[in-house]
Amino acid sequence: MTEQKITAAPENKDAIVSLLFQLADDDFLYSFRGSEWLGLAPHIEEDVASSSISQDSMGHAAMYYQLLEELGLGNADALAHLRPANKRKNCTLVERPNGEGCYMEVPKYDWAYAVVRNYFYTVAKKIKIESLKNCSYDPLAQVAVKVNIELYYHLLHWKTWFVQLLSSTEEAKQRMQGAIDQVMKDFGDVFSLGTDGENIVGLGLIEDENVLLQRWIDQMQTVFESINLSIPDIPSAPALNGRNFEHTEDLDSAIATLSEVYRLDTAAAW
Amino acid sequence: MSVLEKELNEHEKLEQFIARIEAGDKIEADDWMPEEYRMALIKLISMHGISEIMGALPEKEWVPKAPSLRRKLGIMAKVQDEMGHGQLLLRVAEDLLKPYGKDRGDLMMDLFSGKLKFHNVFHMPAKTWADAGVIGWLVDGAAIITQTNMLNSSYGPYSRALHRICAEEVFHAHHGESIIMALAEGTEEQRNMLQESLNGWWEALLMFFGPASSTTTGSSKQDVTIKYKIRTSTNEELRQSFFTKYIPRIQSLGLTIPDPTFRFDEEQQLWIYQQPDWTKFKQIITNNGPRSQARLNLRRVSYETNAWVRDALSAVSN
Repeated sequence: MTEQKITAAPENKDAIVSLLFQLADDDFLYSFRGSEWLGLAPHIEEDVASSSISQDSMGHAAMYYQLLEELGLGNADALAHLRPANKRKNCTLVERPNGEGCYMEVPKYDWAYAVVRNYFYTVAKKIKIESLKNCSYDPLAQVAVKVNIELYYHLLHWKTWFVQLLSSTEEAKQRMQGAIDQVMKDFGDVFSLGTDGENIVGLGLIEDENVLLQRWIDQMQTVFESINLSIPDIPSAPALNGRNFEHTEDLDSAIATLSEVYRLDTAAAW
Repeated sequence: MSVLEKELNEHEKLEQFIARIEAGDKIEADDWMPEEYRMALIKLISMHGISEIMGALPEKEWVPKAPSLRRKLGIMAKVQDEMGHGQLLLRVAEDLLKPYGKDRGDLMMDLFSGKLKFHNVFHMPAKTWADAGVIGWLVDGAAIITQTNMLNSSYGPYSRALHRICAEEVFHAHHGESIIMALAEGTEEQRNMLQESLNGWWEALLMFFGPASSTTTGSSKQDVTIKYKIRTSTNEELRQSFFTKYIPRIQSLGLTIPDPTFRFDEEQQLWIYQQPDWTKFKQIITNNGPRSQARLNLRRVSYETNAWVRDALSAVSN
């Protein structure tokens, strides 16, 4: 990876923008799924802790959208709220619903799925952030340093849940195993950099997706071994690649909720 | 020890206890306290704690929908604080419940069965984004007034929890006020949304402080709590303080008080207002308000869906 810093000159801009949208959309949706759990977590202490994580993650998304605004892509709020699903670059994993039912009425959310998704996503995020600390585009490298500080606690939190539930009752183990299978089905595009990947890596913005994925596997291997489990297979070709604007219908309804008030009057100050 | 001696001892203990609270001493969790005092505290604090948790639900509906990144962050932080307050208060209540062998699980069961009430204001629907603002500004503003009234409560753990809670509530009121200001200074549609929200919440805000006397609903714990110096002012005094603080602010935003009879009477030095429908209040406090069952159901479903997690956690800790 090059040590040289780059600017957002026209020849570099597309790659920077593409990567920023991936990071921003990932955390925006991840935070949304977390916030749907508000008031519904297994116990009150957990509600306080995980809503703090959702809040941090929304803060991270806001920082990336802000960088995009500074690059002239438009207002950060408009970027977050108004872009339709076919313009989004988040991975499939973060757009999946928390379980059956809407958060407003009778949600039957699956805590095992939440723990596995959040843990696997956070490990991946941490690996990306470590790489982004050396990003050739300095404004992004600076954001990575800030994000990294908060990630330490997120990681500790989800790892604790993950290990505890997999070391507990038979029911918990079964539910967790089911959740792992479900999460892995969508894991194929988490590290993908999409069709802009070559350019993104070539400019030294982040390391190659295969290098990052291997780091994830190595780290998870240790965790899985510690609880006598083997690491699940990762689909090599994802069914849908969110980095290339391929999404499920769940993303449309998520965006509709997230932007319901903003869309009432996009010119108004809220 | 004879029965008579024991009774005398109980009587002496009570006298000492009253003397302590009269002198402004704080009672701690392990101190002797009369049954009536303990029961009043349990009722008050468990209701306060569970209300913070149930109170997160109407606002939570607007968390993902908050209309900007800044508002999303603000309301997330705010609702998280409310859950934190609930946690803090339930711990205080749990300590008081210990002699009865009860814990948080029992409080949840009492909530589901209707034995433990949650605050009447949280049975109301939050229909628009303006409602999220009104909750933050006026409902939290009302909460600051009732909580400040108990800030010097004779029960030390409650008093300390309230000091922390009130400090955070001040931020919440700013958060709500900021949402309200943006709407009040905004488009006609935004201003209408705000006025409609005030109209919708007005009666709930009056009911917030409870009836003036127990004759309205047949019971009130305000007499016991004042006797034991858990609180100082009556429901009506608190409602009047709320008017004094907020009516000028509401009016300065160009909003109309949705009560044509509303006025300040110089002679009596009192705000005169149309009484809310106290029959409706009675329905609400028996969990028959507009959103009572839906919100209880949300908690119930989440409690049942997560039962396996509680089992798994207790298996790990054993």
